[in-house]
Amino acid sequence: MVLTALRRVARSALVVLLVSFLVVALLSLAPGSLAEVILGENATPEAVADLNARLGLDGSLFQQYFDWLGGAVQGDLGTSLLTGQPVLQTILERLPVTLELALLAQIIALSVAVPLAIGAASRPGGLLDRSISALSSMFLSIPAFVAAPVLVYFFAISLQLFPVTGWAPLSEGIGPNLQAALLPSVAIALNEIAAFQRLLRTDLANTLREDFISAARAKGISSSYVMLRHALRPSSFSLITLAGLSTGRLIGGTVIVESLFSLPGLGQLVSSSITSRDVIVVQGVVAFVAVTYVLLNTVVDLSYGLLDPRLRQEATR
Amino acid sequence: MSDIATPTITAPAAEAAHASTEPPSTRPRRTRSVLVWLSFGWLAVIILAAVFANLLPIPSYSVPVGPPRQAPSWSVDTLLGTDSLGRSLLARCLYGARVSLVIGTVAGLCGFAIGTLAGLLAGYFRRFTDAVLTYVTDSLLAFPPLILLLALSSVLKPSLTTLLLGLTFLVIPAFVRLSRANTLVWTSREFVRAARNMGAGDLRIMSREILPNVLPVLAAYLPIVIASLIVAEGSLSFLGLGIPPPTPSWGGIISDGKDAIADAPHVVFMPALILFLTVFSLNQVGDNLRARFDRTASES
Repeated sequence: MVLTALRRVARSALVVLLVSFLVVALLSLAPGSLAEVILGENATPEAVADLNARLGLDGSLFQQYFDWLGGAVQGDLGTSLLTGQPVLQTILERLPVTLELALLAQIIALSVAVPLAIGAASRPGGLLDRSISALSSMFLSIPAFVAAPVLVYFFAISLQLFPVTGWAPLSEGIGPNLQAALLPSVAIALNEIAAFQRLLRTDLANTLREDFISAARAKGISSSYVMLRHALRPSSFSLITLAGLSTGRLIGGTVIVESLFSLPGLGQLVSSSITSRDVIVVQGVVAFVAVTYVLLNTVVDLSYGLLDPRLRQEATR
Repeated sequence: MSDIATPTITAPAAEAAHASTEPPSTRPRRTRSVLVWLSFGWLAVIILAAVFANLLPIPSYSVPVGPPRQAPSWSVDTLLGTDSLGRSLLARCLYGARVSLVIGTVAGLCGFAIGTLAGLLAGYFRRFTDAVLTYVTDSLLAFPPLILLLALSSVLKPSLTTLLLGLTFLVIPAFVRLSRANTLVWTSREFVRAARNMGAGDLRIMSREILPNVLPVLAAYLPIVIASLIVAEGSLSFLGLGIPPPTPSWGGIISDGKDAIADAPHVVFMPALILFLTVFSLNQVGDNLRARFDRTASES
């Protein structure tokens, strides 16, 4: 068990190194030199050389990488070309908004998907199951950039229940904060609802065929109690994993809604930095998100064994 | 949205258990087949319309045909209304279908070819090849998909080529994993051992014995991957990082219309509906093919 965990951690460490190398190597993908891309076509050669030196782009790729890694380990992801602010500081300022959106979306997705899955699994193949299956196929096919404008039209413009754009931090009270965060979260939650519902429905349907369920039913326990107390827990492990893994996807999804609703999060930081060619910020955010994602996956993988006793034994095989 | 290029792909062995315990009678057959036929129908319509867009009696996608943001009406020019510049939305959506479908299909096929080959090598040779390819795949999967695309578009100029390159990159890891897992299963089968004992070389075993078994399974995932790529391209265009204007793509049309949504919702709703129907149909067809060809995957 401990050995498996250690191997998993070592593997993740290697992936983190590879990921950060890819992020640094990305900058060398630019046609010509990066400084030329940043400064535009009319830049003087001196200005280009100067910027290249400032970006540390005059060394070899490996030297660039070790310079960058050395800084990153000490929390220095460089400074923005545009504002001169340290990148890490900007990221940490923006992070709460994105985290709140992702978390809220996750809560919405789970609280909709779990009842739907229970309803669908209670009579596999029944009318309810088929309707829910069709519904979740629909949800799966609605990307955030389609859902968001449609939600805005109905709930913000026609019914005027929510603001069309803008953000209210938690310090302005929980009401306005939730009002600003709800529509964007729902827009990115739709896909998750469908994915969660499908997975949990399959797992529940399988669990319900186990002997211990028949035993519980034979004892005369009501089906809703069997469903909630006996079937749900052993069926929810893959769901927990998927929920953990999909957090990375949600962070990707926030780019769309943050730009549409103009919310001051990480996603908007990336898209605005791309427009203004502030590559150092883009590099920093991408590295930050990717490394967080890898670490998160590792934690999810490790906790999987803790949650499900059956897997602990399999892992030691 | 950013469920892009990550169709839930897991090791077949784990899912095989699921499939075998699911009695066939519990599968929602009748509804599915109706939906699947409707999906095939819609895909046929949209593909034909995209292919023959320049033969259809529709106006050009770049020239105004009426006042801006005109509501849909019964005339060919303005069947879906006009956009913020007075251009025909019908024409823009059909020409946009070309861009979106071509990008999705080409990137999907490239990723399919490269990913299948890499996965085949990893699963067949194991050891060093496997370790290297697995680490590279894991690292690529460590980027949330849209973030990877954004990172690429920050250094490369938006054009058809860079877009295709980025999207291909996006789907390779999923195909590598799937191909590797399937290769592992087939490599341990008796007929592969028999072929080896008869003196067949690695190349022959891979191309004649394993690949024909792996290909249909992977091809069954193509519609779902193409759907996710259409969404990915749409997301990029929505952020203004897709195909440069005036060439229309579905994401771009939605993005152009989003500021006018309060007065003229059709400029967003029409392209959104077409995109939704296409993605939905591709997913339906894909689910159906997967259930038919991928014995290792669970139902649905």
